[in-house]
Order: sequence, then C-alpha cells, then structure tokens
Amino acid sequence: MAELPIEEPKAERPQSGLSRFWASDFAWKFRRSPVAVTSFAVVLLLVLSAVFAPLISPYDPFNPASLNLMNGFTPPMEPNAFTGDEFWLGTDDQGRDVFSTILYGMRISLFVGFAAVLFAMVLGVSLGLIAGYVGGWTETIIMRVADVQLTFPAILVAMLIFGIAKGFTPIEYRDQMAIWVLIIAIGLSDWVQFARVVRGATLVEKNKEYVQAARLIGRSGPAIMMRHILPNVLSPVLVIATISLALAIIAEATLSFLGVGAPPTQPSLGTLIRIGQGFLFSGEWWILFFPAVTLLALALSVNLLGDWLRDALNPRLK
Amino acid sequence: MLGFILRRVLQSILVLLVVGLVAFSMFRFVGDPIDNMLGQERTQADIERLRTQLGLDQPFPVQYWRFLEGAVQGNFGVSYRQGRPVAEIIAERAPATLELAAVSGLFAILGGIALGVFTAIRRDGIASNVIMTVSLIGVSLPTFLIGILLIYIFSVELDMLPSFGRGETVDLGWWTTGFLTESGLRALILPAITLGLYQMTLIMRLVRAEMLEVLRQDYIRFARARGLKERAVNFRHALKNTLVPVITVTGLQLGSIIAFAIITETVFQWPGVGLLFINAIQFVDIPVMAAYLMLISVMFVAINLIVDLLYFAIDPRLRDERAAAG
Repeated sequence: MAELPIEEPKAERPQSGLSRFWASDFAWKFRRSPVAVTSFAVVLLLVLSAVFAPLISPYDPFNPASLNLMNGFTPPMEPNAFTGDEFWLGTDDQGRDVFSTILYGMRISLFVGFAAVLFAMVLGVSLGLIAGYVGGWTETIIMRVADVQLTFPAILVAMLIFGIAKGFTPIEYRDQMAIWVLIIAIGLSDWVQFARVVRGATLVEKNKEYVQAARLIGRSGPAIMMRHILPNVLSPVLVIATISLALAIIAEATLSFLGVGAPPTQPSLGTLIRIGQGFLFSGEWWILFFPAVTLLALALSVNLLGDWLRDALNPRLK
Repeated sequence: MLGFILRRVLQSILVLLVVGLVAFSMFRFVGDPIDNMLGQERTQADIERLRTQLGLDQPFPVQYWRFLEGAVQGNFGVSYRQGRPVAEIIAERAPATLELAAVSGLFAILGGIALGVFTAIRRDGIASNVIMTVSLIGVSLPTFLIGILLIYIFSVELDMLPSFGRGETVDLGWWTTGFLTESGLRALILPAITLGLYQMTLIMRLVRAEMLEVLRQDYIRFARARGLKERAVNFRHALKNTLVPVITVTGLQLGSIIAFAIITETVFQWPGVGLLFINAIQFVDIPVMAAYLMLISVMFVAINLIVDLLYFAIDPRLRDERAAAG
C-alpha cells in the first residue's frame, strides 16, 4: 500500500482535521509549488519574529534607559569605537539597535496591515452581500459609491481619510491615535474589491436551488446571507484578502514614509525607511538598507503567496 | 450616441458634486473655521461678525452652494498655514507637477509600447525574458524604494544626477519651466523615471499580451502570406489593433501618475502640488486639502470621461453597437 499511494482510498476511516487537510488537493498543490512553500516560510518567519519581538530582540529600542548615545552610528558586525558593544545590523543615530527596531517596526507594519485588511474585508463582504442579495436601490447606491471610489487610487483615498481623521482628533491624542487612524484609512480605501467580488458571486448564488429552498422553509434574509451564501463566496475573498494584505503593508509603509502614518514614537518599517533616508548621503547605509530589505521580503512573499493562492483556488479569477 | 455622451457628462457632474460635498464638509466640520481664523483675544461680537461675514449663519445647502460658486471660480479660501490664498499657492506649484507628470507619462507610453512590441515579437528571446522578469520585480517594489534606489545609484555612488529639487527654472511670467536649463533637465531625469516606471511596466505587459493575441489572428497570417514586410505586419496591422485597450489603460494611468506624484515629489523634494498636499495633511491645513481634492477630482473625472469618449471614437464597432442599442 505504501508503494502505491494512488490506490489508497481517500477517506476510509475518520481522520483528524489536520491530516484531512494534509491529504487534500489544496495541500498537495501547495507542497508541489516551491514558490508557495518558500514564500509561506518567509511570511511565517517574519510574522513569528514580529509577534515574539520582545523575546527575540537583543535590545529594547524604546526604553530610554537601555540606550547609550555613544553607541550611535555603529556599523553592522563591528564593535563600537567607544563602548565596544556589538550590533548585528548596526545602530541608528540614537544608538538604537537596528535589528531590534526592525522587529518592533514589523510588528506595527503587520498589525496595521492585518487589521486594515480585516476591516476592509468585513465592510466589503457585508456591503457586497447586501448589494447582491437585496438589490434595488440599496445595490445601486452601494455600487455607485464603489465606482466613484474606484476612480481614485487607493493610496490617495487613504491619505485623504488620514488627513480628515487627523483633523478630527484632538492634538494631544494625535500620536497615540495615529495607528488606528491609519488602519481605518487603509481599510476604507480597500473595501471596494471585496464588495464587487462578493456582490458578483452573490448574484450567481442567490438563484441556486439551495437558496430557494432556504427561502421556502422561511429563513430570514440575514440568515440566508450569513449561513448559506457567505460560505459559498468565501474562496475568492480569501484570495483578495491575501493580495490586499501585500497592498496594505505597502500602503502603510508608503504613508509612514511620507510622514502621514505611524508616528516616530511607534515607528513602522516605513517610518524607519524615512529616518534612514536622511543618512543615505553620510554613508550610514545600514540604517536604511535593512528596514528596506525587510519590507521588500515581506511584501514580495505575501504577494507571491497571494498569486499562488489565486491560481490554486480559482483559476478563473486570473 | 448623443444620449450616451449626455449620460456620461451628467454622471461626471454628479460625481463632482459629491466630491464637492466631501470637500465642503471638511471645511465646515473639521475644526472650527472661526477658531482657526481668530486669535486668542476675541470677543463674542468678533465671533458673530465673522460668522455672518463668512456666511456660517446660513443654512447648510446655501453654504454648500456658496462653496461651489467659489470653487468654480478657483476661490478655495486662505491656507491656515501660509496665510495666502490657496489658489495662488497651487498656481505657483502646478507647473512643477505638470512638467514632471508629462515627462514621466511620455516615458511610460513610449517605453511601454516599444518594450511591449519587442517582447511580443521575440517572445522566446533571452532579452525578452530578462525584461519580463525585471518588470515583475519592478511592479512589486514600492515607488518610494525605487526612488531611493535610483538616488543611491545615480546621486550617491555615481554622483551623476541631482537627488532633490528642480534645478534652475526659467520664469515665463505665468509658468516656471525646468525644460530650458541644463540643470532643470538633469533634475527631471530621476523623478520622471521613478514616477513612470510602474506605468511603463503596466503598459508594456498590456501591449505584449494584446500583441500576442493579435499576432495569432487570421488577418496577420494573411498579411504575411501576401508577402508584406515584417515591419509592416507588426506595426501597421498588429500594433494598430492593440491600441484600444492600451489607450484606455494609459488614460486611466494618467490620473495615477498625478496621484503617485505625491510620493515621488516627497522622495525628491520636488516643489510641486503633491508635496504641498502632503505638508497640508501633516499640518491639517484643511483649505489646501479641500482644494487639492477638488482639483484632482476634476482631473480624474475629466480623464475618465475623455477616455470613454475616445474609446467610442476609436472603435467603430462600439459606436455602431451603442447606436443600435439606442
């Protein structure tokens, strides 16, 4: 039986969820694709190191007590001229360990990215479901708004929302609230994709027999939308969410780089690149280089994963 | 056909009215305009007087109408930060952005079409594969990193091109141009490439895909069979028939170029409207933000409208279908 795995019956005895997943088509396709495995590994590594940043990072970059200004501008892998301390990736102007700031910065970048996509997904999927299922005026209004928003690039919409929200926040809370404002701004700039796809899928699903059956036995509209239609339109949503995550991470980095995102007290990768750009001409390349490479690795691997997921789950979306 | 044009124009006006409402609400509700304009020492009488003077005691629709009247005449109020009329500041900055956008747009279109045709004709060549791979990486790179990379290579390492500003400009009275001086032209190169690169790869991939599609058609085989030269087949017969989608995408990308100019202008400290907008967001300078929003919306809506109408003019099949449909 071991020599002929093809003839093995697929589900003879009840299996645990994990092993069923391992035997599924999807997992098989995943194992066969080196790009998918590699990019997944990179994403996993980066996410884990961001989550466990306080345990991994050799220094706490935001604790003023552990900082020594004498350590400023230490090149990577070289002992500092005054203190003799060594830093893997060097230090910035304030003597903060670049490796540690990257880990903490990635935390902010990933948190904003995931939260923004989650927000966009919930908003877009709900509006898409309602538009598709209810139809009529509701649909016209939702889809018109989507069309108008789609006319403008997402990053521009995010900037505007950020600016408006900043205007509403009292000055003393602006730095504290910046991260949340950022999440709302990026999330609001990104819901249209979800709404359009879900509406399209809902239009197809709502005329199928199982929905008619559910209607016949008297289930309410919201119940039909949530329990019956939603599970059947989720796979394209997953694909869009992954690609959106890459876009959201880049959008966050761009906004922070432009100085309209994460504040210097909570630097994300974009903020670190903004800081590092100032030292490009004076030769301290590492302050810019390592955050930039991390951002690239993160965005690229999430992107590749999203592309692969799209091909694997739904080739027609291509 | 007239009905179609009319409907599109009406839609565009509706979009602009909605955007105008957003811009106006920013003015009216983000912070108190009275607070922003009067200093610490003010009396209730001052407040009342300014309120009447600004028309803030009028009902909302009347205020909105007045705002629109002002906006149409290019009157967006006074910048909170610089204390000068917003229209004046924008007029001063616009040439820098428009020149940058024009040069990068040209770079994107010419480069994109040329590379697209090249990679389609030699689809299996080594050069084509290299170009396609590089373009994939180029699309994944965020704009600001491309800018920083170019600055690092050409300004820091090679010391060939300036990394910030517009260089020397010539003042033509109503327009300042960087096209007429050597330093102005040199300063344009890096920002223009940064801004146009993404659009170029997009146009290139589109042209390539369309060309590959068209080159399979019967009329191309027939043209070859007639003994026409390769050049004539590729450019006269094939390229011409790929242009409809290319024009649509290019048109829509023009808007993105203006929007993404914000990023490029910040990286290169280019004194344009985009940099103005970013500074306005940082300092919550509402009048400048609202004016920029209105301006860019007019531009986007106009571009969309023109592209739609062009589409119509270029492809006779569409014209007939729509005309037949009503």
